[in-house]
Amino acid sequence: MKEGATHVESLDPQHELQVADPSGLEIPYEPTSTARRMTLNMGPQHPSTHGVLRVVLELDGETILSARPEIGFLHTGIEKEFEVKKYQQGIPLTDRVDYLSNLGNNLGYSLAVERLLQLEIPPMAQWMRVMLCELSRVSSHLTWLGTHALDIGAMSVYFYCFREREEILKLFEMFSGQRMMTSYIRIGGLALEPPRGWQKVTANIIPRLAKGIEEYHNLLSSNPIFVNRTKGVGGLPVDLLLELGVTGPMVRAGGIKMDARKDAPYSSYEKFDFEVPTRTENDVYARYEVRMEEMRQSLRIAKQALDGMPSGPWQAHAPQVLLPDREKMKTQMESLIYHFKIVTEGFRVPEGSVYQVVESPRGELGFYVVSDGSAKPHRVFMRTPSFGNLQALGALLEGVPIADSIAIMGSMDFVLGDVDR
Amino acid sequence: MLPDFAAQNPVAAELEKAIPGALIDAKSPTDGLVLYISSQFIAAAGNYMKEKAGFERLTAITGVDWWPREPRFEIVYFLHSIKKNARLRLVVRAKESDPIESVSRVWRGANWYEREVFDLFGVQFYNHPNLERIMMPSDWEGYPLRKDYPVHGHKYSYQDE
Repeated sequence: MKEGATHVESLDPQHELQVADPSGLEIPYEPTSTARRMTLNMGPQHPSTHGVLRVVLELDGETILSARPEIGFLHTGIEKEFEVKKYQQGIPLTDRVDYLSNLGNNLGYSLAVERLLQLEIPPMAQWMRVMLCELSRVSSHLTWLGTHALDIGAMSVYFYCFREREEILKLFEMFSGQRMMTSYIRIGGLALEPPRGWQKVTANIIPRLAKGIEEYHNLLSSNPIFVNRTKGVGGLPVDLLLELGVTGPMVRAGGIKMDARKDAPYSSYEKFDFEVPTRTENDVYARYEVRMEEMRQSLRIAKQALDGMPSGPWQAHAPQVLLPDREKMKTQMESLIYHFKIVTEGFRVPEGSVYQVVESPRGELGFYVVSDGSAKPHRVFMRTPSFGNLQALGALLEGVPIADSIAIMGSMDFVLGDVDR
Repeated sequence: MLPDFAAQNPVAAELEKAIPGALIDAKSPTDGLVLYISSQFIAAAGNYMKEKAGFERLTAITGVDWWPREPRFEIVYFLHSIKKNARLRLVVRAKESDPIESVSRVWRGANWYEREVFDLFGVQFYNHPNLERIMMPSDWEGYPLRKDYPVHGHKYSYQDE
């Protein structure tokens, strides 16, 4: 290449001819210069991909002709790791998959194993799980809202969202000792007895969050910059989205009322009164509206769980599965034996397989647990919502201006830990 | 021979009628129906499930390795019908050398899931538009989720460099 030549001039001229009429573009293609068509690499370290995602974009001027997502940079082999750990040791691994909705992941795995064990969970533990999962959904949506708004140019919303999210994380810390990697929901119940005074703290947080959500609504919903950048952007027929594996708020914004909490209620969700919000516009703004409404509904569920929290034990009665009470272990021989056996050998799970679906903030989270009768799972497969959602990225970005790609990617709300596992 | 309950189950019976020989076995665990499909019929059975039986969504595809048992792989297809609010699993048993027909022409969303199964288990899918590694680097040797692949240890030593 001669000195001073740009990489654009070095493109093969044959290459140019192929795109003489790119399909699906409203503006007729006029080759004004050789500089129009280029390949742009986005990521793996790009702020708007929220993690290590690489997207290879084929551009014609500012219009994306095709987008090819490349994943796997965060592949940690968690599914392989499950196979050498005992069932109860798998809980901390689930935290690290979708690191914004840890409690939802704990719940999915616990429910799957409990179904194989046929454990009956006491009502108090079930309601507490629901309350914490809904607060975790709010926390996840707040992270999404803050970063999505930041991508589009609304800086202050980010700070407000993280201010409110901090309250939820403090509550999680109070319950489990951890802000994010809580591991609080365990097979057979909860990890610890709920801390003293949790009712008061939770009762304080819920109205503050509700007030915060209205504040973001006032900041964004009729903000002309936000509306112009999101309305009518990122649409694709909802049937196609479903076929590509998209779930959660993205299809609910297209009018499909699909929510595992209503369709196949788990952990007593059928006893709570809530709506599944849907929109029909199927654009970035509709996804924003759906998630905002979901946060309000989540707070409604959390309030119901707080007000009607049943009393009773927080763990199932299953001495061969759950560690005994510390005091009993010190005084009773039988408890000591159970403690020793669970810690050294683990507990055996009957042979079989189960696919348990829970509704994560991002969509359908499924745990497929295969047991061969031993104390370690034979296989744990996680059907993570972000993986399915991300598969539609190529189709969603085709033919849109490059500036819209940031808004569209933000509206998908994927977590790369959830994609790559 | 099919178990009695499979003959009574409408979905299984209809599938058997539509594609004779496709159904090998059926089970009914607590979380829905599991149909075992003969490997050469999987794309046809998938197409039938989508078009006729109303299972419009393919939720995921994954593999289970039962090494050293033969045939060692089970490929599991999770189907979901929104209208009927029902879930179903199709299972194909495959040997290491058996290629399986891709269902990505039936459900476009199968593309990445089949790539993942290929990447981590080494199961070959034919008629797939782009069967490449998805999680591991493209020059990786071996298939990590196989049972004979070690969990710990690494191939290269960086001590001598």
